[in-house]
Amino acid sequence: MADVILQNIGKTYNKGAVKAVTDASFTVEQGELFGLIGPDGAGKTSIFRILTTLLLPDAGQAWVLGNDVVKNYKAIRQQVGYMPGRFSLYQDLTVEENLRFFATVFNTTIQQNYHLISDIYVQIEPFKHRRAGNLSGGMKQKLALCCALIHKPKVLFLDEPTTGVDTVSRKEFWLMLNNLQQQGITILVSTPYMDEATLCRRIALIQEGKILSVETPQQITAAFPFALYAIKAAQMNLLLSHLRQSPLIHTCHTFGEYHHITFAQNTPHSQSHLLGYLAALSHTQVELKPIVPTIEDCFINLMN
Amino acid sequence: MKRFFAFVRKEFHHVFRDPKTMLLLFGVPVAQILLFGFALTNEIKNAHIIITDNAQDIASKQIAAKLAANTNFITHQKQLNPQQIEETFRQGKVKLVVIFPPNFNHDLLHLQKAQVQIIADASDPNTANTLTTYATAIIMDYQKQLWQNTNLPLSIHTDMRMIYNPELKGITNFVPGVMALVLMLICVLMTSVSIVREKELGTMEVLLVSPFNAVLVVISKAVPYFFLSLVNLTVILLLSVLVMGMPVAGSWVLLYAISALFILTALSLGLLISNVTNSQQTAMLISLMGMLLPTLIFTGFMFPIENMPLPLQVMSNIFPSKWYYIIVKNVMIKGLGFTAIWKETLILLTATLLLMTISIAKFKTRLA
Repeated sequence: MADVILQNIGKTYNKGAVKAVTDASFTVEQGELFGLIGPDGAGKTSIFRILTTLLLPDAGQAWVLGNDVVKNYKAIRQQVGYMPGRFSLYQDLTVEENLRFFATVFNTTIQQNYHLISDIYVQIEPFKHRRAGNLSGGMKQKLALCCALIHKPKVLFLDEPTTGVDTVSRKEFWLMLNNLQQQGITILVSTPYMDEATLCRRIALIQEGKILSVETPQQITAAFPFALYAIKAAQMNLLLSHLRQSPLIHTCHTFGEYHHITFAQNTPHSQSHLLGYLAALSHTQVELKPIVPTIEDCFINLMN
Repeated sequence: MKRFFAFVRKEFHHVFRDPKTMLLLFGVPVAQILLFGFALTNEIKNAHIIITDNAQDIASKQIAAKLAANTNFITHQKQLNPQQIEETFRQGKVKLVVIFPPNFNHDLLHLQKAQVQIIADASDPNTANTLTTYATAIIMDYQKQLWQNTNLPLSIHTDMRMIYNPELKGITNFVPGVMALVLMLICVLMTSVSIVREKELGTMEVLLVSPFNAVLVVISKAVPYFFLSLVNLTVILLLSVLVMGMPVAGSWVLLYAISALFILTALSLGLLISNVTNSQQTAMLISLMGMLLPTLIFTGFMFPIENMPLPLQVMSNIFPSKWYYIIVKNVMIKGLGFTAIWKETLILLTATLLLMTISIAKFKTRLA
């Protein structure tokens, strides 16, 4: 049996006025690093709170480690680790006091499971007498991860652990998650950053409370139904509006220094037609090349 | 048990590391007791009075000197005629005029009967009443001295006796009242934000996803405030004994035991508020608005409950501070024992158990 099972879960707020999650289903296998990818307000936190037994679903059923999230919530609470999106440790306690407190709450000690957190904890240990409220964003997340791990959970729920953390710390954090996964802990992580999706074994794309697709990142990008091209020119803004006006173009989105486009009809001549069209509009330094779609391209495509 | 101590230790850290909490916890009681003790008493000090001595003999001068020596009065010697007296009162500064008729000492010795006229500004009847009582007491005191010296039944003998409060000290009513008010306010206010703060800061979210026990969480919140409130109580009592000069007539042990019970009542009420609210602001508003005013009004130390209309009298029964106030008055001022207060104690005990049970039952095991 899979560690986490969601079946047709629905959740509304304000007596049904706000639909947070609609008919969401997916499973997370034992030992898997599973990503829930979607923009802010997509319903990621609601799903996490339902799985961690903090909220009751309005529809559907869910199981964590074989326990129903509504009926057997106490059993779930003993065996999972949870790190909410907002920093939720005691800011007026020191690093060490926080860790010791959570260890005691879970009937264990820091020594007993130190091997699980040692890689992470050594990085914040120099600050163990500092109050948690005075730590930097990255260190706060490391401490929160330590506290969520200290009781050796079987499943780890991490709600947007890298939001508001600098790029270097984000990379470090994902390395830590990979290490944990190798130790056999099932990890469910959510993030609004599409580039982090490829670091998961499988991902679920979520938008406006609906699960769009559940695949490995490779499968999702492979399933992209169009030929994708990147284009850039001297005047990018003008290029964007010209591309969007052109009947040759199906979609056009800005990605960093390039625009990603798909053709309305992809023929061997499409590229030269487009270049001709742009030359007529006196665009210079035009560069056009076929590319492999990213998760974000797939996400935007699935959204439409 | 180990977990319980972990929770309690955490709560102590929260309290001791927040300067605002500490200030509120210890500053408010001291400020209140000093305020009520010195500034807001109904005792009248330094009242300006005028002595019109038409006799200028030994007896009148001795009485005038006695009046001047009293700290309640600031005396001025002035020969006033009736019109001038009225005018003086209208100016509002002088509250009382004492007039000795001519031949005061002569009348006293030969007729064995003399008169002193006391005119008070009764626009404030309470003040007038108190001041005339003070003045009369002083004159009676002089008359008693004469008696002892002469063995003659001079003038009329008036026996004025104030039970429980011979010196007419205002403080006697205020100390038990302030104790009830301060303990109620501090305990309710402090605990009412304690659980809801964890909800607001998000720490409750992490705590809920753990094998915690609601009873442990709720009770551990109350423990630090319980001990700190006992410290508070000691501060209040020391202030009232040492600074206000107000002794504890009854048993200290009984007073502490009952106060501990009342502290628990207030803490349970605070925990209940904290469990049912969703923001610290709401919790604070409820405990301040919902507790401060009713406690002031219905405890009985500012406004006598007997004078209230019946519905309000009935309402006053639901405020624990009323019962505590009765108990403290009995133990502290009248020096009575447990047999005199068992009913009120039982009421407090019931209220505590009820409130504690409800607040544990109301503890939300989920976020919404």
